[in-house]
Amino acid sequence: MYTLDNVSKTYKQKQRTVTALRDVTLTIPSGQLVAIQGPTGGGKSTLLQMLGALDRPSSGTISLGDAELSHLPDGKLGRIRATEIGFVFQGFNLIPTLTAQENVETALEPLGIPAAERRQRATAALESVGLGDRAGHVPTELSGGQQQRVAIARALVKEPDVLLADEPTGNLDEQTRDEIMDLLEGLWRDRGLTLVIVTHDSAVAKRAERRLHITGGVVTERG
Amino acid sequence: MFFTYLRRELAGRRRQTAIIAIGMALAIALVMIVNAVSTGVRDAQASVLESVYGVGTDLTVSQDATPPAEGERPDGGRFEFGADDGRTADGSTQLAQSRLTAGMGQSTFDASALDTVQDIDGVAAASATLSLTNVTFSGEMPDFSAAQGTDGAPTAEGGTTGAPPAGGADGAGGSAFDVDSFTVLGLDPAAESVGPLSAVELADGRGLELGDAGQHVAVLDADYATSADLAVGDTIDIAGTSFEIVGTVTSTASDGQSAANVFIPLDVAQSLSGLDGQVTDIYVQAASSDVIPSVQADLEAALPDQTVNTQSDLASTVSGSLGTASTLISNLGLWLSVAVLAAAFLIAILFTIQGVTRRTREFGTLKAIGWSNRRVVGQVAGESLVQGLIGGAAGLVVGLVGIAVVNAIAPTLGSTTATTPQAAGPAGFAGGGFAGGPGAAQAATATEVTLNAPITVEVVAIAIGLAILGGLIAGAIGGWRAARLRPAEALRSVA
Repeated sequence: MYTLDNVSKTYKQKQRTVTALRDVTLTIPSGQLVAIQGPTGGGKSTLLQMLGALDRPSSGTISLGDAELSHLPDGKLGRIRATEIGFVFQGFNLIPTLTAQENVETALEPLGIPAAERRQRATAALESVGLGDRAGHVPTELSGGQQQRVAIARALVKEPDVLLADEPTGNLDEQTRDEIMDLLEGLWRDRGLTLVIVTHDSAVAKRAERRLHITGGVVTERG
Repeated sequence: MFFTYLRRELAGRRRQTAIIAIGMALAIALVMIVNAVSTGVRDAQASVLESVYGVGTDLTVSQDATPPAEGERPDGGRFEFGADDGRTADGSTQLAQSRLTAGMGQSTFDASALDTVQDIDGVAAASATLSLTNVTFSGEMPDFSAAQGTDGAPTAEGGTTGAPPAGGADGAGGSAFDVDSFTVLGLDPAAESVGPLSAVELADGRGLELGDAGQHVAVLDADYATSADLAVGDTIDIAGTSFEIVGTVTSTASDGQSAANVFIPLDVAQSLSGLDGQVTDIYVQAASSDVIPSVQADLEAALPDQTVNTQSDLASTVSGSLGTASTLISNLGLWLSVAVLAAAFLIAILFTIQGVTRRTREFGTLKAIGWSNRRVVGQVAGESLVQGLIGGAAGLVVGLVGIAVVNAIAPTLGSTTATTPQAAGPAGFAGGGFAGGPGAAQAATATEVTLNAPITVEVVAIAIGLAILGGLIAGAIGGWRAARLRPAEALRSVA
């Protein structure tokens, strides 16, 4: 479960101070599917980075379970990311020189899992997203939807508690978007994940249990 | 995963890998070739010096020649014949005279300097030599007594009475003269460990022995003996004195040049040349290479009128194309190597930094999914190191081929060693000037050596070391850049 208490985030841009998050107080129970919407520059991605332990708030506290993410050192944040949080990005962010199988294996590298087990789990993860026959292909040999499936397999192969998706369907056509959302929703249900999706797309947001709106760094609930 | 990722990255970025590897290869090959040629030139210089200074000589003591004052006649440059000299027969007079004088450009000093040298701490051995040139002036001129009147009195017109000159070299009153010279080195027969005799080996007969002091015995350079048609058991005329040839020697130096044509006992050389108690050079062997500077300083303090040279000073006396090659290698070669190496390192660093910048999202993603800084830095450094090693391997091959080409061409380098005992040919005017003549500046030994660029462990180690160093430097800088990437910023920068 995420607990955010008066979380603010400010950036220095040249002479200007930009407030990306303003006193955000929020709780996200485990296993919930949450959609975050809002205009560009409203603070969606910053909030997702706070939830993903990629950045620390300027003030306030943010906890994931028992871990207080605001004050943990980089090494421990990295460990939490490696074990508990999966990421899916709008641009897929696959390593272009590695095959689908190897891309999925990169998520297991920080866990020190033996090579044989790593290969086995990566194969299973690819099969779970319907790409068992594409394991040896590099990203440029895959369609956008297939690349996003590889990214989802990479996020889930380590069996995290949380899956954070930043515009996961932003680069996909409608049909592929629905396929990816079906996949994410199915995995969410099957695995009991906490799934947080940042999206511009209302069709995607409507599939969430809970919808948050963020503008000017202020988070509000939407019905 | 490390090696899989590394292999895929290098294979996937072939162009960058090739450019870095080629740059490193060229630089490493150049450094190897310059280093090998430099070693070859050093060996050649050492060989040239060895032939004249002997093996193991660390320092030499000599005295600079002072040019004659205006109007002053140089010593030893004149042959004088009395009215009754020579043999007269058939209307011609045969004249011959040998002179043994200090070698051209050589100045003598008191032999007591040897005792001074031997008393200095750090001197392991020392020997003195007297470098001389034997010049024989011989010729045929008409018997002028036959051309003069019966009383030999001049006529009123200033001429002479009687028959016109006859006889001589052409039978019609002409004259012809030959000048023959060879170098003679007087040395202590007991001092073989240091000095010119340490760089020769016996070819025939025997060498000079302790008991030869005061004896008219000579050892000849084998090449000179052959060219002069002399052998062990024959005699050779030195300054009008007949010497028995007891042995011949050949140089152990690669250029095959001995320090002199003829070696005789020092005391005999001093006596015949009229230079009693005088020497031209003292060869000094230091107890160890560490003490050479202190021994040099002590020698210079103890012998202020003499010049003390170390091996490096002596190397600078080697001129000619060998000297030019040495200068080229030590100046142009060195700086070219440094410049190319710096350029190759810079290319590797810039490409690595560019690669890290281009892969910002990639490394941000890896950090986002839990890769540690150390793991990311290790990956970048590993890739750079392997690129360096590929370049090193290619450079090693190119460098070895380059060295092989140099050795196949085997360029011949001429060298002239200044301020050394002479080793002129049998009829030569050693060093280009007549002994003691006005044009004489310095003695010089002209030799030719074949340049051989050796492939040593050091050369191979340099190639491997530079490859690793280049890879590590590029990897360290690239890794540092990668380590500074914060995952949130890395992902935001490409969003």
